[in-house]
Amino acid sequence: MPLDLVLNVVVSGVLTGLVYGLMALGLSVIFGVVRVVNFAHGEMMTIAMYAATVLFAALGLDPFVAMLPIAAAFFVFGYVLQAGLINPFITRPEHSQFMLLVAVAIVMVNAMLMIFGPDARNVQVSYQLESFEVGKLLIDKARVYAAGAAVLASASLFAFFRFTLTGKAIRACADNYLGAKVVGLDVKRLYALTFGVGAACVAVAGCAMVLLVEVTPSLGPAYTLLAFVIVIVGGLGSMGGALLGGVLIGVSEALAGLFIAPSAKSMFSFGLLILVLLLRPQGLLGKRS
Amino acid sequence: MKRRQFNKALAAAGATAAVSPFGILHAQAQKLRVGVLLPRSGYLGFIGQSCQKGADLAPEVIKGILGVDIELMNADTESSVDTARTRAERLIQEGAHVLVGAFDSGQSAAIAQVAEQRGVPYIVNIAAAPQITEQGYKFVFRNFQTAVDIVRNGLALIGELLQATNSVPRSAVFMHVNDTFGQAMAKGIGAFMPRLTQLPFKIIDTITYDPAAKDLTVELSKAKSTDADFLLLVCRLNDAILLRREMVKQRWNPMGIVSPGSPGMYEEQYFKTLGRLSEYSISNVPWYNPNAPLTKTVEKAFLKRNPREKLVFHGLNVGFTFEAILAAADAFGRAKSTEPKTLADAIRQTHITSKMTLGGPIKFNEKGQVEGIGSACVQNLDLIPKVVLPANAAEAKPVFPAPYYKKA
Amino acid sequence: MSRRAALLSLLVVSLLALPHFAGAYAISLATLILYFAYSGQAWNVMMGFAGQLSLGHSLYVGVGAYAAGALFFHYGIGPWAGLWVAILLCVLLGVVIGFLAFRFGISGVYFALLTIAFAEFTRIGFDHFNWIGGPGGMFLRVAQRDAWDLANFRGPPLMYYYAMLALTAGAFALCFFLLKSRPGYYWQAIRENEEAAQALGINTFRWKMLAVAISAALTAVSGVFFAFYYNNLFPEQIFHISRSIEIILGPVIGGVGTLFGPILGAAVLTLLSDSITEAVAALGWEIPGIKQVFYGVVLLVVILFLPHGIWPPLARRLGLHKR
Repeated sequence: MPLDLVLNVVVSGVLTGLVYGLMALGLSVIFGVVRVVNFAHGEMMTIAMYAATVLFAALGLDPFVAMLPIAAAFFVFGYVLQAGLINPFITRPEHSQFMLLVAVAIVMVNAMLMIFGPDARNVQVSYQLESFEVGKLLIDKARVYAAGAAVLASASLFAFFRFTLTGKAIRACADNYLGAKVVGLDVKRLYALTFGVGAACVAVAGCAMVLLVEVTPSLGPAYTLLAFVIVIVGGLGSMGGALLGGVLIGVSEALAGLFIAPSAKSMFSFGLLILVLLLRPQGLLGKRS
Repeated sequence: MKRRQFNKALAAAGATAAVSPFGILHAQAQKLRVGVLLPRSGYLGFIGQSCQKGADLAPEVIKGILGVDIELMNADTESSVDTARTRAERLIQEGAHVLVGAFDSGQSAAIAQVAEQRGVPYIVNIAAAPQITEQGYKFVFRNFQTAVDIVRNGLALIGELLQATNSVPRSAVFMHVNDTFGQAMAKGIGAFMPRLTQLPFKIIDTITYDPAAKDLTVELSKAKSTDADFLLLVCRLNDAILLRREMVKQRWNPMGIVSPGSPGMYEEQYFKTLGRLSEYSISNVPWYNPNAPLTKTVEKAFLKRNPREKLVFHGLNVGFTFEAILAAADAFGRAKSTEPKTLADAIRQTHITSKMTLGGPIKFNEKGQVEGIGSACVQNLDLIPKVVLPANAAEAKPVFPAPYYKKA
Repeated sequence: MSRRAALLSLLVVSLLALPHFAGAYAISLATLILYFAYSGQAWNVMMGFAGQLSLGHSLYVGVGAYAAGALFFHYGIGPWAGLWVAILLCVLLGVVIGFLAFRFGISGVYFALLTIAFAEFTRIGFDHFNWIGGPGGMFLRVAQRDAWDLANFRGPPLMYYYAMLALTAGAFALCFFLLKSRPGYYWQAIRENEEAAQALGINTFRWKMLAVAISAALTAVSGVFFAFYYNNLFPEQIFHISRSIEIILGPVIGGVGTLFGPILGAAVLTLLSDSITEAVAALGWEIPGIKQVFYGVVLLVVILFLPHGIWPPLARRLGLHKR
């Protein structure tokens, strides 16, 4: 197996992994703090992707630019969803939460089918098919930009949670729900905020993803699953963990695809998930709760 | 149809009508009620809706050419086997005389069982799993190629293509999607390739990939590293687009991309998304004959109903769905009865030569399968799929190798 | 006769008599309802009784179906023998998953994700497993359809209806007796507060494993039924997560942990789905996807306002509450 083939594959695995990590970031935040099993995660990203295609078609906005308005819209959407619909479910058993979000997902997917039809949509930016040439390596431009967005988003989130008051308050809720309440934090509002932040992350991820993949209404579920795998492997509530988990999955799938069988590469991710669940359930960078 | 056969059919219809528990009323029904089962939502929604276009124009066109009245009863299988089954039952209960559908092999198999159980004829429009017509059913018919036929025809057409363009590629890398269709095609290729010694190329590597994969970088890197002369590809729409893009990003320019028989590269989305990059891709698929008179008639009806679409992007789906209903209507016209057994027998006697799709006449063998359905070599030229082979149906000359070919 | 017993008998009698006054379509729908009722009941043993959320139950359906199906396809071994192999394999799988999970202290959402991972892993695995047909699927030879051939489980739809009815009734009876017996009480204790149960000296590990094993075994049977009813199996379809979700819809809507909940839930959901399809068609709104939107909204509403399912409030209305 020629070295430059392996290198190319690994580099692309890392970049793809970073984008996956970006997608999982939102889930990590939501799951890590609010502890809600958001099974509509992939569908939310799909909506963001559609939004990006619409803005591109109507206003010619590059998805990286469209990220800002869409993320803002999704923040509000997430906030309202949590405060309005999901909040009563935090204390309810998991299967209820799961069902609620499955129902939400069903409505989302089919609403998108009704509005956008079954055709795949995408954006066509000028740099979409270009690659950087670095020695013998050919690196996909769009993927590099998307990975860059991932790192930036994680860094901002990290800063938010570590250095702002609200961020710290949210972390307090995650670490010690009762304690936070005792101290007088408005947990409900903070949860809604967190969901909003998580949703905004999903929006950013969607805008990045739309450069790499076509949008169809049924795109969601596979990404939901992938996001959960990454979050578990990387560690709940850890920004770095989500990225690391993403990269790990990206690279391992790439290598499994290269050396074993590409069609079985997903087996690897699930195998990894099982191992992590059994041996280190808090994930690589998570804290033991 | 020969006079003797006609008389037999008439006598049979008369006798059946006399003893049928359904009574004389049914036997003299004026309209044929056709239950159309297609996946109009779910992951196959796009294709199901495309097939539906073929069904929607059928009553008008068939009335024009056969003088037969048909009434459509549409049902959505929701891309689910359970739903397909219950919807089929429902349609039969509501009085469907014949069923047509359902694009997907799993759903078609489920419907076939119901149809056979209830003794209602069922004509499969599109589904390639050979087993559907190997179960010994008496009420199930299929006017489409099985996966085996598709491969055989597809490979033969590659031979013709290479001859017509005087090209001699020495190697091909075979990539295929790991689903029902891809696997059947791979098996077929494995079986037929060794026998086709007149083909100048060898398949030097086979790369299987996940149909749900959103990232095909690794797969394409592997393919590129084989330095094969061209890419033999069995795909679906989304992965075809992904792969073509990857080829550009990884700067791999083989002689061409040839599909021995799979969807994807001739579909509208492929052109819309890839623009000029879609050019020169080749698909060897069952197709409609652009020169057939029936095609012109259907096209007119299609454009009337879908003014902003082009038939060529829906040709396969529309053509075979329409023909399934045509066969049903034709049988009804001969049998003059909607009694299911009579109808089934009449369908078995079908011999339609004036048709829209390529190949021999619509004639069901004892297993209910039509033999001799033709495939065409369809190449993307000027942003639409054009038939380049066989010569008698060709709209353009084939181009191979593609102009973007760069020796590695 | 207590009110409960009376209503139950009425239900059973109506179901037995259904074919006499219902058409073939109603029977196929009823068979589907019973299938989901049965699978839901099987899942309920693990969740409702022992409190373990499994979101990968399609694993047992698939393995059960393929086990019996493959034996029939390759060796002509009938479903009654294949059934035991199916059950054995699924119980083994369940025990492995249960062992791994419980020994390593995995519960709640993590356990659910573990079950999903196993199901997905198996799905992709079977897609590459050529002995059972791989992604091309396995088609079982469908022989005659008119006489009741119980040995090979072939016959008219009526036979399948009664078989499913018998299975569902059997599962109901089994769960009824289980709940009333020692395991039942232990399970309820574990479900309510596992630590307290342990403190009381209950070997929670053993009883949880029993729940998993029973649940897996019961689900395996539904897989075998599936194989011989539909006669074609594709890994993509049978192991898919949407099947796992289908299985749990009934119990969650009907009432997790209750005896009648899964049955009621399955009936309500299937009939709802069918009615919406009919209503939408009657109104002429033939937009693909609209039916599922309505369906999803109804699900939402039920989950929001009836958090314990439809059965508990309904049971209270019918005056069926104990004491």
